[in-house]
Amino acid sequence: MTAAAPAQVKQAQQPVIRVEHLTMAYGDFVVQRDLSFDVHPGEIFIVMGGSGCGKSTLLRHLVGLKTPMQGRVLYHDVDFWGATDDERELMKRRFGVSYQSGALWSSLTLAENVALPLTEYTDLSAVEIGEIVSLKLALVGLAGFEEFYPSELSGGMLKRAGLARAMALDPEILFFDEPSAGLDPISSRRLDDLILEIRDSLGATVVVVTHELPSIFAIGDNAVLLDAETHAMIASGNPRVLREQSPNPKVREFLNRGEAA
Amino acid sequence: MDAPEHAWTLTSNRTGDGALELRLGGSWRSADHLPSSEALLRHFPSDSSVSQIRFDSAGVTAWNTGLVIFARRVLEFAKSKSIAVDRGGLPEGVRRLLDLAAAVPAQKDTGRHGEIPPFLTRTGLRAQEIARGFPEMLRFVGEATVALGRLARGKAQFRRTDLYLVIQQVGPDALPIVSLISFLVGVILAYMGAMQLAQFGAQIFIADLVGIGMVREIGALMTGVIVAGRTGASFAAELGTMQVNEEIDAFKTLGISPMDFLVLPRLLALALMMPLLTLYSGIVGVFAGMFVCAITFDIGVFEYFHQTVRALDLRQFLIGMFKGTVYGILVALAGCLRGIQCGRSAQAVGEATTSAVVTAILFIVIAASALTIMFQKLDL
Ligand SMILES: Nc1ncnc2c1ncn2[C@@H]1O[C@H](COP(=O)(O)OP(=O)(O)OP(=O)(O)O)[C@@H](O)[C@H]1O
Ligand SMILES: [Mg+2]
Repeated sequence: MTAAAPAQVKQAQQPVIRVEHLTMAYGDFVVQRDLSFDVHPGEIFIVMGGSGCGKSTLLRHLVGLKTPMQGRVLYHDVDFWGATDDERELMKRRFGVSYQSGALWSSLTLAENVALPLTEYTDLSAVEIGEIVSLKLALVGLAGFEEFYPSELSGGMLKRAGLARAMALDPEILFFDEPSAGLDPISSRRLDDLILEIRDSLGATVVVVTHELPSIFAIGDNAVLLDAETHAMIASGNPRVLREQSPNPKVREFLNRGEAA
Repeated sequence: MDAPEHAWTLTSNRTGDGALELRLGGSWRSADHLPSSEALLRHFPSDSSVSQIRFDSAGVTAWNTGLVIFARRVLEFAKSKSIAVDRGGLPEGVRRLLDLAAAVPAQKDTGRHGEIPPFLTRTGLRAQEIARGFPEMLRFVGEATVALGRLARGKAQFRRTDLYLVIQQVGPDALPIVSLISFLVGVILAYMGAMQLAQFGAQIFIADLVGIGMVREIGALMTGVIVAGRTGASFAAELGTMQVNEEIDAFKTLGISPMDFLVLPRLLALALMMPLLTLYSGIVGVFAGMFVCAITFDIGVFEYFHQTVRALDLRQFLIGMFKGTVYGILVALAGCLRGIQCGRSAQAVGEATTSAVVTAILFIVIAASALTIMFQKLDL
């Protein structure tokens, strides 16, 4: 529980999330076609790609907000969309999700936002919940803002509060949609440390949508790169390796900030 | 010692050098009901002789942020007693998480305490808020008037298509509900009137009653109330949501007046559509009366029509339509005012919508009384 499992052991384990031939579409508009990849336990998995290529859409499919047009999403070898409603609810209980726009409940204070999942799904006392809430807010650097409403926070603060809410129940799998967009370099760096710590200490699997290159190389174990033009996945693997060795020039260009390699 | 039903164990022992060692074992997860501050206190001797707190977590089998929270409790407690803490015995992950949580010092002086002020204070604050609301309303009406002035000079900035869209929404789209309500109100009016008039054998005057009642008074009132619930609420919700998304701020920074761009088309649409809806409502009501009379009171359709024509003149129609217009303007003002005043949360949008309908109906009823008395005094 305390340390990250060595890489060899990780590969031997069955994947936490397996995506098979997933095609995503809004009506007739196909966003991405035929995606297949695995996310292993204790991995920090990065979803990269240009703006509008379908990263958030992929996340919506993974967390069960949108049904695939084709293909399957499996959690521990159980087909998410083939499962019964009850099974699906149980699977969802193990997720923590933070959204690109924060998506905090605007009529609740920050403390109430983080506390809501705890009051709904645990039998902890108000005092215990209060302590969890302040720890989670402290971890994202928002200690002292418990009584603020979302409308009274800055954009980056909203983002971080969304992360604190996602972490409320210490979920097994965390999905973060662009957690560091809009943050200063220091906060962004601290967020990377937090994500690493969540994985190393708490053993969670983390799926992160991001285009921040420093962050991708600092925390990513594995990654997929989606392409908006071809509507397909053009690379998958360790981002540091892809940057140097990908046969596809488009991939190297993306990972080198457009300075063609 | 701790009850055996817990998944965790906590024991303590004094070491030779005066330190207290907390020995942790088992599962330390937030769902495990970890020891509270009081339970912790029991491990401390009453004579404040502890020089240092140490941990021994070799027996911990599983943990999550629950253990971090427990460690924070110990730290807090130690701080209050000025006892030093040696974190060395905690799992490494816990130490790193503690450091991360302490990386950004807690914001102080935010002025928030999360407590509810006493009753009198709340009453006072609420009264002040209501008192502030009145000048705000006047200012809004003033600004709307100025915007109308700009419109008259052809300088108002808004899109024609917006106006047509709102006209479609408030006018034609409201026809089904206006028809239904007007018809039923006409039926009720005819029926009630007929019961009384039949006692004098004067059923034929139902036509006068329904005609004048619907065209001059009730048509406008009913349409006003329907539009308040339908359109006033939608204006408030729409503008309120725009306020939440900072869309109204975006207009302001572009130098586009929200008054021109958002309020004017809505005001105009209702001012144009309400007289027509009122006229329509009156006519539907007259038909309802005709229908009731033909079916139950044996008054022929032509007879009824004739009597209606004799009872009504253009003046009645104009008065009804004038009232309808006034109500329409009031509904538009109430809806837009509440929308623009809306706070920045989903709940605030709900409140704005409720408040828009309540305000609109209040205005309508006040205006209806005032106008009825005014026309009476003017002998119209
Ligand atoms: N609700 C929707 N209906 C129709 N099309 C949509 C919808 N949401 C997104 N799209 C389209 O799907 C594509 C992918 O959108 P998505 O939000 O997944 O992009 P993204 O990769 O997350 O981009 P960004 O990095 O800018 O957040 C876009 O072309 C967008 O226009
Ligand atoms: Mg996105």
